[in-house]
Amino acid sequence: MKKYLSFFRLRFVMGLQYRVAALAGIVTQFVWGAMEIMMFCAFYQTDSAAFPMTLSATSSYIWLQQAFLAFFIAWMMESEIFDSIVNGNIAYELCRPVSIYNMWFARSIANRLSRAVLRCFPILLVAVFIPEPYGIAAPASLLHFVLFLITLILGLMVMVSLCMLIYVLTFFTVSPQGLRILFNSTVEFFSGALIPLPFFPEKVQRIMELLPFASTQNVALRIYSGSMSRNEMEKAIVLQVSWLAVITLIGKGLCQAAEKRVTVQGG
Amino acid sequence: MKKIISSIKLYKHYVSINIRCIMQYKTSFFLTAVGQFLISFSTFLAIFFMFQRFSSVVGFSYSEVLLCFAIILMEFSLAEMFARGFDLFPSAVRSGEFDRIMVRPQNEILQVLGSKFELTRIGRMVQAVVVFIYGITKCDVVWNFPKILTVVFMLIGGTAVFSGLFLIYAALCFFTLDGLEFMNVFTDGAREFGKYPIGIYGEKMLLFTTFFIPYTLIQYYPLLYILGKRMSALYIFLPLFACWFLIPAMLLWKFGVRHYASSGS
Amino acid sequence: MITMEHVCKSYRIAKRNAGFGEACKALFHREYETIHALSDVSFSIHDGEMVGYIGPNGAGKSSTIKILSGILTPDSGTVLVDGRIPYRNRLEHVSRIGVVFGQRSQLWWDVPVIDSFALLKDIYSISNTQYQQSLEELTELLDLKELLRSPARQLSLGQRMRCEIAASLLHRPRILFLDEPTIGLDAVSKLAVREFILKQNKIFGTTVILTTHDMQDIEALASRIILIGKGRILMDGTLDNIKKGNGDIDRTIAELYRSYEIS
Repeated sequence: MKKYLSFFRLRFVMGLQYRVAALAGIVTQFVWGAMEIMMFCAFYQTDSAAFPMTLSATSSYIWLQQAFLAFFIAWMMESEIFDSIVNGNIAYELCRPVSIYNMWFARSIANRLSRAVLRCFPILLVAVFIPEPYGIAAPASLLHFVLFLITLILGLMVMVSLCMLIYVLTFFTVSPQGLRILFNSTVEFFSGALIPLPFFPEKVQRIMELLPFASTQNVALRIYSGSMSRNEMEKAIVLQVSWLAVITLIGKGLCQAAEKRVTVQGG
Repeated sequence: MKKIISSIKLYKHYVSINIRCIMQYKTSFFLTAVGQFLISFSTFLAIFFMFQRFSSVVGFSYSEVLLCFAIILMEFSLAEMFARGFDLFPSAVRSGEFDRIMVRPQNEILQVLGSKFELTRIGRMVQAVVVFIYGITKCDVVWNFPKILTVVFMLIGGTAVFSGLFLIYAALCFFTLDGLEFMNVFTDGAREFGKYPIGIYGEKMLLFTTFFIPYTLIQYYPLLYILGKRMSALYIFLPLFACWFLIPAMLLWKFGVRHYASSGS
Repeated sequence: MITMEHVCKSYRIAKRNAGFGEACKALFHREYETIHALSDVSFSIHDGEMVGYIGPNGAGKSSTIKILSGILTPDSGTVLVDGRIPYRNRLEHVSRIGVVFGQRSQLWWDVPVIDSFALLKDIYSISNTQYQQSLEELTELLDLKELLRSPARQLSLGQRMRCEIAASLLHRPRILFLDEPTIGLDAVSKLAVREFILKQNKIFGTTVILTTHDMQDIEALASRIILIGKGRILMDGTLDNIKKGNGDIDRTIAELYRSYEIS
């Protein structure tokens, strides 16, 4: 465990280094969030009855989404890992006494965490001072807030485990490019990154909520503002945990198969 | 005049050599183009599902929004196809590739334009065209010559505005390579939020996007003419006025080149 | 004829300090450090000369080359190349010089070399007849016949360098700047490149200015050596001036660097 922690620390410090980039990112995300809220406002003004969440809950959803963007965007995968697989440098990693899956998992979590830590506080801080219903509202209750934190971390882990599938599948494809693009647009659409899931028609939404993609950002961001009932929250958390277990297991299995393949074929 | 003709000839030569390079990797080209299609397809789906719930947004119907989305997407992908060299400019400055451009007796902008012709954006273009046709069939716009002309002018003006933004992005690379991410707000952001007519974002946004960066001239106002919400023939030519944006972009670029010559960074 | 008189060039470089607080401060107020890349550099080179321009890393070699090729504007001093001020009228100037950056490629990676040449023909507006003639000569002298049809990515480094040099000479420049042209090449390719440069100089009278860390290059090519260190010209003379007895050239240069305290 200790070695994964030190790996984690290394990536984390590396991620903290690009400060100017972080500042630019914060400004970008802030404007992006504001535009998104203006867009939803336009729909709200047109027909508030058809609006599935309160406007304030939608705003909170969007600000949290921007603040924790680094947790949940699909394309934030590490090109170093892809490169090492494609050019065969993976051989070095196989020589180390660590599990590749765990190492990459730790590395990805650290990378996303370090980026989010730098960016989330300024965005949240500003969003708090934006007046209702356009800013971020207080969490529905202390319980909601605690559950938000738990599901946020769970969501991050589900996201990383999904990315791990893509890394591992790269062993079996010639070019990871097509796979990545497909993955990006699927995650973006089904996770509620483009529009929150409640905006979809009810039947579509019910199916989408069962998919692993909804276990990433959808759960935490909706719990925060209290737009899920107690029953729904329980179901969502159970789903998150189960998807995390299932995807990690599949990933580990595939990883073992891939390692065997590499050692047999000699890279 | 002779200079212009030879410049066009040279640019055609650049494009042809780019295409020959791309054709060396047909699979990769195909996959990337399909990917480009998919990325904008999810944007389309988002619009589709929003209008399952809402019948209109601030007076614009589903099919009207589709036309808007398709046009901005065409404008953006054309600009990306032609001016992608500027998008990739940070690495050209970092690797010293720009020195090579400086020791050649041709205009630098032409050389950067020629350095990359991004044919993969055809995927996005196809998406845009399909949505455009779908939008036309669902929309009760009566098409006539002035309206078709307006669309053509929109494509010209839009490509100019987005290319201008890419040019500004590249010019800034002469001064700093850090933190240029914020330029995405003006390029990707405009594409993403420009899928809805800018009018829905309110008066202030309309002012900003008319006088600061002329998005409304290539999107909102000519669109109103096409949809029959405005009648004056002036609206047909508005997109062409948007080309003024290239002037400050070009000046900033010139300034950047001069800075490069004095700092050599 | 190339002359540089009292040329100075300095850069301002933003200081970067470690630590989060320092980084925040840097957003509003930056401290700069001035680096004198060239201070009072003067020399002149006659038509048809071959000059080795040497010095340790960061001595000011590439700044000089950049100024002479019009990329960089000096802070003060006068520069004249064939009566032109390089940075004043850059486009006209660069159509008459050739530059080879040894560490970078100007060939298009994925198309046959000849296609890159054809593009350069348009870039330099070379007439058909002149292009044909240059191409034939260069193919002959550099032994490119087998290489022209293959994409640059399939060539070895040595083969590629030969093509790079040809690419820089298609428009028949009277002055050629070579920035580390033999870096990373194997022995055979190095010899081929040197031999070619000698021939080019002899046949066409091309003025050659060469920067390199490879002292064999200097020994083989340069009748004259200009040594630069910390932005100043330290020595301008022939190889014989510095050679003592029949010592090894690398040793001689190392000693020279040490004696000027620039290593």
